[in-house]
Amino acid sequence: MIPTAFDYVRARSVDEALAALTEHGEDAKLLAGGHSLLPIMKLRLAIPTVLIDIGGIPDLSYVRVEGDEVAVGAGTRLFEIERDEVVRAEVPLLSHVAGRVGDPQVRHRATLGGTVAHSDPASDVPTGLLALGGDVVVQGPAGRRSIPVTACWTGFFETDVAADEMVVEVRVPRTGSSGWGYEKFTRRENDWAIVAAAAVEGRVALANMAGTVVRAAATEEALARGASIAEAAALADQGTSPSSDMHADADYRRHLARLLTRRALETAAAA
Amino acid sequence: MQVSITVNGEQRTDEVEPRLLLAHYLREVRGLRATNIGCDSTSCGACTVIVDGLSVKSCTVLTAQADGAQVTTLEGLTGADGELHPVQAAFRAEHGLQCGFCTPGMVMAAIGVLADNPDPTDREVREGLEGNLCRCTGYHNIVRAVLTAAQAGPAAGQVPQAQEVEA
Ligand SMILES: Cc1cc2nc3c(=O)[nH]c(=O)nc-3n(C[C@H](O)[C@H](O)[C@H](O)COP(=O)(O)OP(=O)(O)OC[C@H]3O[C@@H](n4cnc5c(N)ncnc54)[C@H](O)[C@@H]3O)c2cc1C
Ligand code: FES
Ligand code: FES
Repeated sequence: MIPTAFDYVRARSVDEALAALTEHGEDAKLLAGGHSLLPIMKLRLAIPTVLIDIGGIPDLSYVRVEGDEVAVGAGTRLFEIERDEVVRAEVPLLSHVAGRVGDPQVRHRATLGGTVAHSDPASDVPTGLLALGGDVVVQGPAGRRSIPVTACWTGFFETDVAADEMVVEVRVPRTGSSGWGYEKFTRRENDWAIVAAAAVEGRVALANMAGTVVRAAATEEALARGASIAEAAALADQGTSPSSDMHADADYRRHLARLLTRRALETAAAA
Repeated sequence: MQVSITVNGEQRTDEVEPRLLLAHYLREVRGLRATNIGCDSTSCGACTVIVDGLSVKSCTVLTAQADGAQVTTLEGLTGADGELHPVQAAFRAEHGLQCGFCTPGMVMAAIGVLADNPDPTDREVREGLEGNLCRCTGYHNIVRAVLTAAQAGPAAGQVPQAQEVEA
């Protein structure tokens, strides 16, 4: 399968990438790791006429401790996040979810910015980030702004990132030794989640239970008022709208959300 | 557009279309046909090659993205004297192939696994090869081959020209 023809622009800096985005407008797409974009271009579900390759921008790949947060550059590859000593010590849930994406070859290419911007409701890293809290930092012609992770994913493959902006960084609070849990239900180890649940510090996020990754609000409220893990997890699917497909019907997804939430909370509590 | 890519130690500049996939570049432009295309959808790993020291699925990388890179394919593993790479030798010794279609990708992915983890457990090999499918389902012997290759030491996780080529 071969994508339709396009022009290729290599950006050497964020400014060059933004200038190219403004110049080419709607027809242009940023190319990071290409592991979501190229498959859909090969299927001709996306037909951009210009690709702006941001994969070679050197200063977009980093991990830094800044105060009580860890800042990770949008160009950082998922295998780097999985292995990074700082991420492992300061935000172990982030390291873990990065390591649960696809297979090693996929993690060698896929980037943090790409998985955030793609906004697939089944994706692991956004689920982890939604439970962790923090901000997605974007840059556009008007400068930088921060989008809280709770406002980043607005719909199925849609985000609050504007067409002339790009994700440059993700900032997550240091959770250090706080307990955390991540439960991903798949048929085969390298599949996408049928449902997944992330838990840390009383916050719970779910994958594939709606058009975006979502917080299990009823579970969080129950925990805050002192409910047991079992009682709180039984509410995990409240307010969600899972779909039915060949992998699972909606009722089964609701069951999985409750079960995986309980397991993730138990793992977090046992730490 | 022009790309300059070093494949198996040999650098060349070629005029390519931006949409040319790395797998097609290696097979059609460079004439290196060991790299197979199986699923063409990032699932089977048959097209795995090493780019700048990392295993990747070349059906999902643009040639343009590999501009300036060092690429190793299966053809680049064998020494000039015909001596097999430790992973190749182990696949032969342990019967790690049946029809052989998945084998080039399996061998390249296995080198990637051993580069990360020179002394993996059985489970770590299985997890490391999760992106590679064998339609003949000869997984036990494949895993055994990778464990055998690990006994050859660090060379099993390296590609030859990575040591030869200097920037
Ligand atoms: C076989 C396979 C299995 C996978 N399994 C999983 C899985 O189990 N779990 C999971 O979560 N994911 C999985 N993925 C998806 C993988 O995580 C993607 O690679 C990732 O979601 C996208 O990252 P990328 O860098 O490849 O982005 P690209 O494909 O380059 O880009 C994706 C989208 O984001 C946009 N974009 C990229 N970077 C930026 C930026 N900095 N700012 C603004 N927009 C940007 C692009 O324009 C494009 O629209 C899988 C992918 C494959 C191919
Ligand atoms: S052909 Fe590339 S992964 Fe199957
Ligand atoms: S040996 Fe036949 S596909 Fe693996």
